[in-house]
Amino acid sequence: MSTDINAKSSEAAAVPLPSGRPPENKRVPQGHRRLLTRRDRVTLAFMAGVPTVLHVALVWFTALASIALAFTTWDGIGFDSIKWVGLDNFKELFSTNPQFWPAVEHNIVWFVVLILIPTPLGLFLAVQLDKKIRFSRVYQTAFFLPVVMSLAVIGFVWQLVYNPDTGLINSVIGANKPGHYIDWIGDPDLNLWAVLVAASWRHAGYMMILYLAGLKGVDPSLREASSLDGANEWQTFKNVIFPTLRPTNTIVLVVTIIEALRAFDLVWVFNGGAQGTELLSILVTDNIVGESSRIGYGSAIAVVLLLISLVVIIPYLVSTFRKERQA
Amino acid sequence: MHESSLARPIPGPSRRTMLRGIGGAAALGAGIPLLSACGGSDTSADPKTVTLGSNASDAVPKKAFAEIYAAFKKQSGITVDVNTKDHNTFQEQINSYLQGTPDDVFHWFAGYRMQFFANKGLATPIDDVWKTIGGNFPDAMKKLSQGEDGKFYFVPLYTYPWALFYRKSVFKEKGYEVPTTWSDFIALCKQMKKDGLVPIAFGDKDAWPALGTFDQINFRTNGYDFHVELMAGKASWTDKRVRAAFDNWAEILPYHQDGAVGRTWQDAAQTLVSKKAGMYLLGTFVGQQFTDKADLDDLDFFAFPEIDPAYGQDTVEAPTDGYMLSKSPKNKSGAVKLLEFLGTPEAEQIYLKADPNVVAASTKADTSSYSPLQKKAYEMINGAKSLTQYMDRDSRPDFTSTVMQPALQKFIRDPKGVDSLLSSIERQKKTIFASS
Repeated sequence: MSTDINAKSSEAAAVPLPSGRPPENKRVPQGHRRLLTRRDRVTLAFMAGVPTVLHVALVWFTALASIALAFTTWDGIGFDSIKWVGLDNFKELFSTNPQFWPAVEHNIVWFVVLILIPTPLGLFLAVQLDKKIRFSRVYQTAFFLPVVMSLAVIGFVWQLVYNPDTGLINSVIGANKPGHYIDWIGDPDLNLWAVLVAASWRHAGYMMILYLAGLKGVDPSLREASSLDGANEWQTFKNVIFPTLRPTNTIVLVVTIIEALRAFDLVWVFNGGAQGTELLSILVTDNIVGESSRIGYGSAIAVVLLLISLVVIIPYLVSTFRKERQA
Repeated sequence: MHESSLARPIPGPSRRTMLRGIGGAAALGAGIPLLSACGGSDTSADPKTVTLGSNASDAVPKKAFAEIYAAFKKQSGITVDVNTKDHNTFQEQINSYLQGTPDDVFHWFAGYRMQFFANKGLATPIDDVWKTIGGNFPDAMKKLSQGEDGKFYFVPLYTYPWALFYRKSVFKEKGYEVPTTWSDFIALCKQMKKDGLVPIAFGDKDAWPALGTFDQINFRTNGYDFHVELMAGKASWTDKRVRAAFDNWAEILPYHQDGAVGRTWQDAAQTLVSKKAGMYLLGTFVGQQFTDKADLDDLDFFAFPEIDPAYGQDTVEAPTDGYMLSKSPKNKSGAVKLLEFLGTPEAEQIYLKADPNVVAASTKADTSSYSPLQKKAYEMINGAKSLTQYMDRDSRPDFTSTVMQPALQKFIRDPKGVDSLLSSIERQKKTIFASS
């Protein structure tokens, strides 16, 4: 059946050439009308309809449902056990939950560290690799390798490195004996930084690829011009290259914020979000997943996370759309 | 460039692939109900089949259970259709599983966690089963199998006590004696430290081992009844008795292994295997870490020492696993027959033959094939006045996992902050227990 339509349209397309009557056949509208048969319209409705229904059901409905559930208590058993409690969940969250504020703080620390350490490092690596040094592809692959791996796997690998009894670090520096013992995973003053090293290890490679792509877009004549003006390498980078990376920087900023907000898997496998590594996403999971869950309370935490995300996303979208309208 | 490519008529092949794709999606859509129908009620009408939801995803117990069901089929002609899920997944999904179309019979834990689902009407009482199997079990097991309404909801299969494990050879070599009182215990810890041993191995990375430690100290200090009250959310965590238990814990905390929060129980067990630690408080499953036969023969244990003579050593922490009947089983008579079979000593013996790390819940089971360790565990449970189920099975799981686990990890790291910690626990407990 599809060949049938196919034949018709290809016939329509094929006719003009041999017949040599250009003026009439050039008319595009006719072709457009032919293009959308009834079946096509059904098909398109189907193609647009199914994703829309799925999107509304899986994204909007669930998001709105969790906002509504944030004002209730519910153990997940039967809909009749949902009880409206107003702002109680939030009150409890802000006042009595000892893990909430540390979690917010850790999410912020996560962002600050990612933007201050691996991001400049990724930029540095990208600039070096962009010079087409020897074995550039090898380095590129090596730095990008962690990005290919799942964060959960990275968590497992680094857990082996940090294991206080048998891990690489403590074995090498001899810090696994009583008396001088470094508990990388359990010590709340250390473990967040330990996880962040692993997160940075991956993030640097990610940033490197983004900046590398950005650098490929820099017009070579700009470099030429600046070198003709007698600028040294640092001056060229600072005054010419970096300003042209502006769009890339925006993407990097957004990607890093997203990484900081969704930080979860690495910590989950590292130590399950114990003392010192609490994160909002982990609190949500702790409260919702399980045999007798606190779905209302977990949703309240999720709503807080959503609000923080919106604070970040809305200005970004507004500025992006404004730019598009201008263009 | 983009505009021109859009104006071009869509070439044939891509349209065809598109349509084929839609056809595929439609077939997939049609496939979903078909698949779910397979998992649903197809087999329900068959009186010769009982379905069973199992969390026994590890190789050893899975095989042991399969042997029990084979024996049941031989005896009754009823096939047990087992639906095995990964252990943790089973636990995480138990809520929706029991509310959907659960299997007739399902694996679960005794005590509060059984009562929780019984209270919610997600299980069927099985008093008639207990009329048949009641004689096989000691009173402590009966108590564990009853819901808050006094009806039976649970058939226990096996159990395992928590105790202090040690190496016989180490104790012999250094001339240590098994301590039975608190002061003996502390003296032993001091001596071990002097001898260059870690007195008590400890790993709390998974956050549950500390719950077991607290339980032992709490019911030795305050007795079984207080343990139950506290776990049920009735007693206050700011009660001075709780404070006394934490003071006792703080007293022995310096003898625990350094950096417990970063260590798994398996790693902690290795320090006992390698004779670097003198003792280790855990369930009998610690034996799984003793892969060398000679080491395992060298392993022994003793009950947690007495703290208050009024309570002595009469309480034993013994988590118990078994079966429950779902809310509306499709083959109830078959399921009842299965549960009656599972409550017999024969069923337990089949299981224990294949998995020797636990002991039978029934007093009638033949103990002649038990290892010395199993015999000792069996006697310990049999002689106990009360059995506890381990904190996260004796209390609301949402409370223990979101409040107690992080709180105890905090205590281990900073025992001095206990007062503010306890009032924080109490505040959180109130809201959780008030919620439903």
